[in-house]
Parts: sequence; C-alpha cells; structure tokens
Amino acid sequence: MLHSQNWKQFLEETGDLSRFAGRFFAQWFRPRHEIAEFLRQCFVIGYKSLPLVMLTAFIMGLVLTMQIRPFLVDYGVESQLPAMVGIAIVREIGPVITALIFAGKIGSSIGAELGSMKVTEQIDAMEVSGTNPFKYLVVTRVLAATLTLPLLVMLADAVALYGTYLGVNIRGTTSFGLFWTQVFRNLTFGDVLPAFVKSFFFGFAVGIVGCYKGYHSKKGTEGVGRSANSAVVLSSILIFIIDLIAVQITDVLGLN
Amino acid sequence: MLSVQHLYKSFGSHTVLNDFCVELYDGENVVVLGKSGSGKSVLIKCIIGLLKPDSGSIMVLGEDIPSLNDEALDKIRMKIGFLFQSNALYDSMTVRQNLEFPLRRHSINLGQEQVDQLVHNALDDVGLAHTMDMMPAELSGGMRKRVALARTLILKPSIILYDEPTTGLDPITSREIIQLIKSVQQKYHAASLIISHDMDCVRMVADRVVMLIEGRNYREGSYDAMISEKDPLIKAFFE
Repeated sequence: MLHSQNWKQFLEETGDLSRFAGRFFAQWFRPRHEIAEFLRQCFVIGYKSLPLVMLTAFIMGLVLTMQIRPFLVDYGVESQLPAMVGIAIVREIGPVITALIFAGKIGSSIGAELGSMKVTEQIDAMEVSGTNPFKYLVVTRVLAATLTLPLLVMLADAVALYGTYLGVNIRGTTSFGLFWTQVFRNLTFGDVLPAFVKSFFFGFAVGIVGCYKGYHSKKGTEGVGRSANSAVVLSSILIFIIDLIAVQITDVLGLN
Repeated sequence: MLSVQHLYKSFGSHTVLNDFCVELYDGENVVVLGKSGSGKSVLIKCIIGLLKPDSGSIMVLGEDIPSLNDEALDKIRMKIGFLFQSNALYDSMTVRQNLEFPLRRHSINLGQEQVDQLVHNALDDVGLAHTMDMMPAELSGGMRKRVALARTLILKPSIILYDEPTTGLDPITSREIIQLIKSVQQKYHAASLIISHDMDCVRMVADRVVMLIEGRNYREGSYDAMISEKDPLIKAFFE
C-alpha cells in the first residue's frame, strides 16, 4: 500500500514539475521581458558562485592528478598524466562536479528564497502590484542558471587544469608549455562540445527544480527548509540522469 | 464600490465560502468578523483576484473580477490597496524600493522626482519617512506593518482591503495601527474592507460588521447592534 502511494506521489510530482517546466517555456518569450531582473540574477547566480566553484575545481584537478599518478607510474606511462586528467576533467568531472556544487549553492538558495517569499505572501504581493511573479521570479532565475552554468564549467575546467599542472609538478617536472600542449593535443571537438552542451541542461535542471520547489513551498518555515533541501536532492539526481542520457547520445553519435 | 454576491469557494470537499454576500459603499469601513479558518482571507483573496471563486459575482468599481483577463485585472488592482496579513514586504529590497515597486510595475509614467515625492509622502503619512533606506529586516513588527500600509497607499486606492491588520502585534502597537487605519481613511476617503478577529479593531473602526460563520454572512449590522445580540454564536465573539 505504502509502495503504491510512493509511486503515486512520485508520478504526481513528475507531472507537476513537467507542467511547471512547460509553463516556463510558454512564458519565456511573452512580454514583458524582465531584463534588469535577469541580469541581476546572472550576477547573483553566476558571479557569486565563482569563488566556490573555482576553489573546488582547483582542488579537484590537483587531487585527481595526485591520485592517478602512482597508477600511471606502475605502467610506465606517467607522461600521459596531463592528457588523461585533462580529458577526464573536460569530458566528465568538470561539468558534473561544477553542476553538483552549483545545485548545492544555487538550487538551495533559489528554493529557500522563493519558498520564503511564498509563505510570507510576497509572491501574492507581486501579483497584486501588476507583476507576473512567474516571469519575474521563475523565468529570470531559470534562464540565468541555464546560461551561467556553462560559463562556470569552462572557467572551472581551466582552473582544474591549472591544479593538474601543479599536481604534475609536485613529483615531476613538466614545463607550462609542454603541459598545455599535451592536454590540448589529446582533446578533440567531440570531448568539448558534448560537455559544454550538457552543462546547459544541468543549469536548467538546477534552476527549474529550485524554482519549482520554492514556488510550491508549504507549511510555513518548516516547508521552506524542506523546499531548499529537496531542491538540492532532486536537482543532483537529475544531473546524474541527464549525464547518463548525454553519454548515451554522444555514444550513438560517435563522439565518445 | 464593492459588491460580493452568492460567493462559493471550496478546496476539495471542504466548502469555505457558502453563498457569502457583502456590500461596501463609498467611504465606509466594513469589518468582516469570523473565527480563524472561517474563510476570511479566502474571501479577500477572491476579491483581489488572487483566487478564483467557484461561483458568484464580485463587482469592484463596476468590473466583475472573476471574468477579467490579466491586463484588466492589473488596471483594477491599481485602484485597490491590499494590506497583507504578513505585510509581504520584499526582503531583498529597501523600504524605498518596496514602495517604488507598485509604481514601476503598474506601467505608470513618472519621473524619478515624482516617484521620490510619492514615496516620501506615503512614508510620511505613516510616520516613517526616516526608514526610507532601511531593509525590512531592520524594522520592528509595527514598523513593517506601517511600511506595508504606506506601500498600499502609494497608488492612492479607492478601496483598501486589510487582511488581519493587527494580528501578531502587541496591544499598544495594535491600537496605533487601528488609529492609523482611521486617519488614512479620513485622509484618502477610501472605502475599507477589514478582515479581523480583533475586537478592539472592530469596535474602533467598523461602520458595519459582517459576521462570517460557516461560510456565509450570518449576521450584519453596527457594532452596537452586534454587542446586544442574544445569539450564542455572535455573543461568543463580543463577550
């Protein structure tokens, strides 16, 4: 009985989230366009996530290099370290880890902000003040998240590769020029493009889930906390599902 | 100015408003009195168009609210002020930005100087002109209520809807807010529909009291007429 209720709840939530996403696409192009609020959200969502994303990317590159090196040394292919870590970062680790950090920081903050606005009637007040709250709050945030995450991923990849360069040089000596030559010689268009494209989908997932959870927040302050928490959990799961689908598609297209 | 006729609203199997009727005339203060959960806030949200009633008519300044499209609803909302129970001040904006918001959003063409003047006047009316650049979080509960009232007044509405204006305030601040509602009414000559269960508010403000019990207007009359009622359901409020 409980099992079937959970399934019903899951299917209902999936349907509601899909309708919410459909409403986003329906309202996206309609005037009035909230350009100023969109730019403000790009600043809040993108620029303010930069320090955290950069720090984690740097550590990720450095640690990954240090962990992989002994394995490559055993097989006598230590010289392949920059190329191997570079491909891993650009294709998979950079986009996914950045998206997960983004989900933790931005998904929770959007969920909590909109949830708090919902329970304190600020969303109703906006509607009464001649504003379409869905356009003003949801469309701007989802677009900002969708467009800023790919930029963050590119920056995170660059910083992670710099961390890799330092990692390579802790126990060896590779010049800066040689390191980048080795990284880029092994990177192809098929490595960069799918990773870049899937970042848009990751950003969209984080934005839409955060807004959906916040916009449908219930039960006062307890509900706000729950919205923030479930926004992170659901968007993180969606990131992995999107990643899985993206890998299948790139495989079918022969980009792997 | 406002006429609600045969209003029905249900949530699932729970009927909240059941053939409710109320009239509000020019310059009048009407208090809708009822227990918590009796549907008072639902009524006021139907009037402002935030909720769609199941059936019935809501005529505001000659317009039938449930049948209006978004554009027409925005126009009529410029003439209706709504003081939310929780104040609904935007946390991320200063007091000034909170007051500017309805002016900017209702597509009113005003220069910055005129906007500044309107904001200053509205805040001055509630005695809080000095809080203009403060954030809502820096204000006390009573001050937040006053700022919310200033935001309600900035468009000079013909009708003001108050949703539990004294809930959550201490008795002294409550009385200050009630006095403010009276002085605002005198200055702006707006008709007011006040949702409340605060008997001080009812006594001091109401020209007419409408009892909302079991989803319908159970009894209607002046405060003095209500206080002398023998009906136990009404006496329970006034004792």
